[in-house]
Amino acid sequence: MSMELVGVVLIFLITVLLSYPLGRYLAKVFKGEKTILDFMNPVEKWIFRICGIDPRKSMNWKEFLKAMLTINLLWFVYGFFLLIFQDKLPLNPDGNPGQTPDLAFNSIVSFVTNTNLQDYSGESGATYLTQLFVFTFLQFTSAATGIACLIALFNGLKEKTTNNLGNFWSIFVKSITRVLLPLSVIVAVILVFSGSPSSFDGKETIITMQGDTVQVSRGPAAGMIAIKQLGTNGGGYFGANSAHPLENPNYFTNMVELISIVLISMASIFALGFYINKKKFAYVIFGVMTFFFVLFCANNIYFETKGNPELDKLGISQQAGNMEGKEVRFGAASTAYWSVITTSTSNGSVNGMHDSLMPLSGGVVMLDMMINALYGGVGVGLLNYFIYIIIAVFIAGLMVGRTPEFMGHKVEAREVKIAALVTLLCAFLIKGGTALASYIFVHHPNADWAVKPSAWLNNPGNHGFSEMLYQYTSSTANNGSGFEGLADNNIFWNVSAGIVMLLARFLPIIGPVAIAGLLANKKYIPESSGTLKTDSVTFGVMTIAVIVIVTALSYFPPLALGPIAEYLGIHH
Amino acid sequence: MKKYILPSIKLTLVLLVICSVIYPLAIAGIGKFAPGGGKGKTLSVNGKIVGYADIGQKFDQDKYFWSRPSAVAYNAAGSAGSNKGPTNPDYLKDVQSKIDTFLAHNPGVKKEDIPVDMVTYSGSGLDPDISPAGAYIQVARVAKVRGLTKDKVKILVDEHIEKPFLGFFGIEKVNVLKLNIDLDKLN
Repeated sequence: MSMELVGVVLIFLITVLLSYPLGRYLAKVFKGEKTILDFMNPVEKWIFRICGIDPRKSMNWKEFLKAMLTINLLWFVYGFFLLIFQDKLPLNPDGNPGQTPDLAFNSIVSFVTNTNLQDYSGESGATYLTQLFVFTFLQFTSAATGIACLIALFNGLKEKTTNNLGNFWSIFVKSITRVLLPLSVIVAVILVFSGSPSSFDGKETIITMQGDTVQVSRGPAAGMIAIKQLGTNGGGYFGANSAHPLENPNYFTNMVELISIVLISMASIFALGFYINKKKFAYVIFGVMTFFFVLFCANNIYFETKGNPELDKLGISQQAGNMEGKEVRFGAASTAYWSVITTSTSNGSVNGMHDSLMPLSGGVVMLDMMINALYGGVGVGLLNYFIYIIIAVFIAGLMVGRTPEFMGHKVEAREVKIAALVTLLCAFLIKGGTALASYIFVHHPNADWAVKPSAWLNNPGNHGFSEMLYQYTSSTANNGSGFEGLADNNIFWNVSAGIVMLLARFLPIIGPVAIAGLLANKKYIPESSGTLKTDSVTFGVMTIAVIVIVTALSYFPPLALGPIAEYLGIHH
Repeated sequence: MKKYILPSIKLTLVLLVICSVIYPLAIAGIGKFAPGGGKGKTLSVNGKIVGYADIGQKFDQDKYFWSRPSAVAYNAAGSAGSNKGPTNPDYLKDVQSKIDTFLAHNPGVKKEDIPVDMVTYSGSGLDPDISPAGAYIQVARVAKVRGLTKDKVKILVDEHIEKPFLGFFGIEKVNVLKLNIDLDKLN
């Protein structure tokens, strides 16, 4: 056990050490300074030329968001039809069927929004064509969308007064050519040499040593796994995601994937410091996030390595910890660490089943998604955190009786309203969705859907409630992991979770970018002795308080009905 | 909106070529040089493929070391865990029946020595490994069925324990398929 813990701590330290230089690199790329990947210059120029894009054209926040929304809408339409007709298209060696319209709606929203909630299973619900031309493609582009919007925020903070947030197309393309693609190639090659498949061969039939005939699903998985982790997408090639031995063959690949999940998000924080030349501000943000992150890890590693008290009562040895839903090659400690890292970021890939986590570990991963800004999703994590900063600045301003300022700009009613609305929206989607599902479960148990509401849940009691709460929490956080016992491939869950994902993706992106645009437009006020120092430890503590208050007030009631009640049920 | 549509369409097409054609083909090309040629590593006995090194398979006969319980019965055309919550009464009954079965097939084993991985479902349903404790506890049964000495079988298990890299990057484990292939060679 203790050696397992050493491994986990070292993995975290390696991640931090790698993300720092990557952060410096990110800042250079988007400032347009020289980097080692400048040989991509001609490729980018060629892309801009044939697409008729002028990469130097400035965009204000409205133009920036319009470009972003247009291309996202296009991907939605394109992907929806490809998924419906995938059975009639090539590259389908296993003869898998087309997706139903409600499933296709859910799947395409899920991948456009960087969520990757999968109501289908990769082995039977997708073809090699859709795995590559819809899912892998969107794993690149949705992550690049997040990065582009974050850089828009950086640009707003960097200049004293400006209405130029940068050129969406240019930042978007560079996010792929300079960041996501090169890193994905490195990770994919490591995976391929560790045993993940990359070929286009279909299923193979083998006869096992006991004489059973078994089919083994394969396919071009390695490339998708690399970008699913790096782009905080999380959508697996195979149904069991990173618990599947071909997605994650050994402890070393597990390390590589654990690092990949959070690498760019962590690097973005350091990039902010380099980009706007306020390193201390970035360190305070990193400190606040790490404070929560370490607390959550400690909780989950404690409960998962301790094992299930209900199994203790049956009298077996639980030295290995809670192994239900876990793989022997990863062990309880690193699987617990993964559960926190995948929900801190909006990744949502799993190397063990969250439905079988101990009650309070399950509660913490939900809480982690409710905050959704501890490192966070690629790009969007810091955008979410920015909302907490605005609220913290506002409250601090009220406390001292001054108009609050942030980075030399007055934060006024309009900005605070946007920030408050984004915060309330997420709470509304999670609790409203869960309330609606619970109502239908109780009052319309026999509704005539592909799966009757009475058969939705895989577990009774409080844990069953948690399965529904988790689904909307994961959708709202654009996370995509699940309490997978929930029977979610039917019209109610496909459509309701799809709508939640859409709203919870785009409004929390539009909000912060709009705030950045509005602030950057205002007159610059030089720092004075009365200015709130946002790069101080005091402000960090203030932000922690805001996060605790906002999430505790919003989410304590549903968490009490689910995981907390289940925990108390064991220990009564 | 209109002036953004054309660049969106063109850019989407270009990026499809880069991300969905060139990228996976490049990885597939590099994969040809990897062990297993990018198709997954297989293991053979007498020239016949008996399984994938990384994918677990069902072993429930007494003459073999058993694998962990699987929610998909080791059907590798799919993959899943049980998704049972820790306090689910039906689940706890299921574990109890797994304990009973294990005890019935392994007379002399004490209940408190059964390691948790042998009676719980893995995450993928295709876990290729068991814990060293899970292997050692089956030694007596396997030796008796095969008419081998316990020491000989125990030594075989010793040889199959994979240690963590540098002592802390990983978990001690035993690959069940590799163990059983070598077990057949003992007779």
